Amino acid sequence: MAEMIPTKERMKREQVAMPEQEAQERIHNFQEVPLGYSSEQAIYEAQRCLQCKNPSCMKGCPAEINIPRFIQKIVEEDFQGAYLEILKTDNLPAITGRVCPQEEQCQKYCVLEKKKKPIAIGRLERFVADWARKNKVHGKLSTNIIKGKKVAIVGSGPAGLTCAADLAKLGYQVTIFEALHKPGGVLVYGIPEFRLPKSIVEYEVKEIENLGVKVVTDIVVGAAISVEELAQEYDAIFLANGAGAPRFMNIPGENLNDVYSANEFLTRSNLMKAYAFPEYDTPIKIGKKAATIGAGNVAMDSARTALRLGAEKSYIIYRRSRKEVPARAEEVHHAEEEGVIFKFLTLPIKVLGDEKGNVIGMECLKMELGEPDESGRRRPIPVPDSNFVIEVDMVIDAIGTSANPIVARSAPGVENNQWGYFIINEETKETTRAGIFAGGDIVRGSATVISAVGDGKRAARSIAKFLSSGGSLKN
Amino acid sequence: MYQIIQKERLNEQIYSMWIEAPQIASVVQPGQFIILMIKEKGERIPLTVADFNRKEGLIRIVFQVVGKTSEELSTLSEGDGLYSFIGPLGKKTEIKNYGTVINVGGGTGIACIHPIARALKEAGNQVISIIGARNKDLLIMEEELKKVSSKLIITTDDGSYGQKGFVTQVLKRLLEEDNSIKKVWAIGPAIMMKVTCETTRPFPVETIVSLNSIMVDGTGMCGSCRVTIGGESKFVCTDGPEFDGQLVDWEEFMNRLIRYQEAEKKSWAIYHKESHHCHCEGRK
Repeated sequence: MAEMIPTKERMKREQVAMPEQEAQERIHNFQEVPLGYSSEQAIYEAQRCLQCKNPSCMKGCPAEINIPRFIQKIVEEDFQGAYLEILKTDNLPAITGRVCPQEEQCQKYCVLEKKKKPIAIGRLERFVADWARKNKVHGKLSTNIIKGKKVAIVGSGPAGLTCAADLAKLGYQVTIFEALHKPGGVLVYGIPEFRLPKSIVEYEVKEIENLGVKVVTDIVVGAAISVEELAQEYDAIFLANGAGAPRFMNIPGENLNDVYSANEFLTRSNLMKAYAFPEYDTPIKIGKKAATIGAGNVAMDSARTALRLGAEKSYIIYRRSRKEVPARAEEVHHAEEEGVIFKFLTLPIKVLGDEKGNVIGMECLKMELGEPDESGRRRPIPVPDSNFVIEVDMVIDAIGTSANPIVARSAPGVENNQWGYFIINEETKETTRAGIFAGGDIVRGSATVISAVGDGKRAARSIAKFLSSGGSLKN
Repeated sequence: MYQIIQKERLNEQIYSMWIEAPQIASVVQPGQFIILMIKEKGERIPLTVADFNRKEGLIRIVFQVVGKTSEELSTLSEGDGLYSFIGPLGKKTEIKNYGTVINVGGGTGIACIHPIARALKEAGNQVISIIGARNKDLLIMEEELKKVSSKLIITTDDGSYGQKGFVTQVLKRLLEEDNSIKKVWAIGPAIMMKVTCETTRPFPVETIVSLNSIMVDGTGMCGSCRVTIGGESKFVCTDGPEFDGQLVDWEEFMNRLIRYQEAEKKSWAIYHKESHHCHCEGRK
């Protein structure tokens, strides 16, 4: 029986720090930065949980995990029980345990947050998922098989995988169509190995396949097959193809050789494993001084990847100030530890190149903060005649994505808004065409893995409701 | 796995393969391309579709050995499989009855114009094809082009076959002789397409080129293939691959084509060292 620790003692304890690879060591490799809790650390941390009668942490979890219950299982040293508890609702625990911004979600609502030491819920989730993987503990298969009801899912990112797994658990036959040669979407092409090892993504995708989900790679929906054709063959469809088109600054010099979109830079490095060139065939070009434009999580990933690939200096160029940085605090902290240099209140206006098309610098303007804009943040305003040149030889645009129209064009009756994102009913995730649902970045624009997971769950519920009440696209 | 059903060596450097890909074959149109990977550790390379057989579910690719991946591809045999094969990507050629059209092909570009010429002819056009090579031995697909053209003109730089000279010389003469020609397709090495556009510029004719940019995903996700068209940045994979050649920023396009040259050379040299295909080094 688990040791009962008096509340006073629990409150006294500090959050268990995450063991990490040293900054100076890790900038030379692509191995994971946080190393994970040991069993002892996990139990010690789990014991801090107050097991609130009305737990508020859960309202911050789009994956709907019963957080106190799985933490209690850790306290009881029943790691298998903890895993099965998480798996009831979250199909990607080793992934969400790593990449969720917990400080904005579950941990934000933890009562101990008031004392600035919330339970490290994400770290505990990660511990449990890693333990299960090492100890070959698997979820239960559905014994309930619903024959003759087929669901097609477009895209194998977090939204698609979650929706597929939830439907498979209910007994539906699900096929996921993936355009790339590997499943996982942003989990494999976007998030770097040092934040999310690809072997873990592969494992959790396999676990979902083991639930009976079929994953077909190399099929570009909208090119090889249209949504309309899928609608003739499947009873319901979930569109989760991601936002997927890179945004550029639209400044002169942006098509020079050494200017990358973050999507290209990260896809080369992560999906194609250019960091292991020439063992892998895809090359990547790294300058001595890399400038990443933007300050979101993708920008942090890019700047940190550039360092690991051999850049001597890696800058983050951001037009607002430190206060407005949209990336997770942890990502900014890691980037700074690794030596990424932040240039705030700086707006690039021109990329400079030589006659061969190589980047030799970037012209920028100094900015100052004015009145708040529609986002509530103070609007950056250029300081007149403040032009200066920063010496760089590669540039990565990490200023966001927009909707890729390739899937939408093949989906008659499914309407988009003015930015090309699908219009949906927020509650049900249904598009303007009955039986076709949508979620993830192709609905909300670039967001987080966990919001995509939340969309996938909600869509699965609506699809099940649609199908069980006799609905079908084939009708 | 996508099986190689038939393989043929067209000349010293150029190979033709028919690949089993029924889903792609069922919908592909002239002008579109595919992206393939030989193996899991391979790179994704785009190749314009040279032909297709809808009934048998086959796609034909024609490629020249220019680096590691293309050389490795050339060593595969009938019955071998490719790791990945996706498509059809890009926009299709705008096929309609324009009257008389000219198709200019150079190198593997001859293969790319093949399905375009056929579709144009089926649409009722008078199709004149001009294909060129440095010499007779390097010329490919003459018979196939002849079948789908109303008239086929061959040029070789050294005069070993057909007319001596460049495709552009023949093209210029034809445009001077017949001012009713409104449309030209030019597909081949970047420099050949650029020079062709210079040739056609004085004439009231639209020149369509098919750009072979470096790509990664090929679906509009990464922007590796971007090129400036008429002052605007476009993606070859989703906005192209065909563009009005007069609007292409050729200097930028050609710079971007060789941006990985150093790495490509390195990778090819290592391949030669490690593979048994080349025994020239270290043997005295």
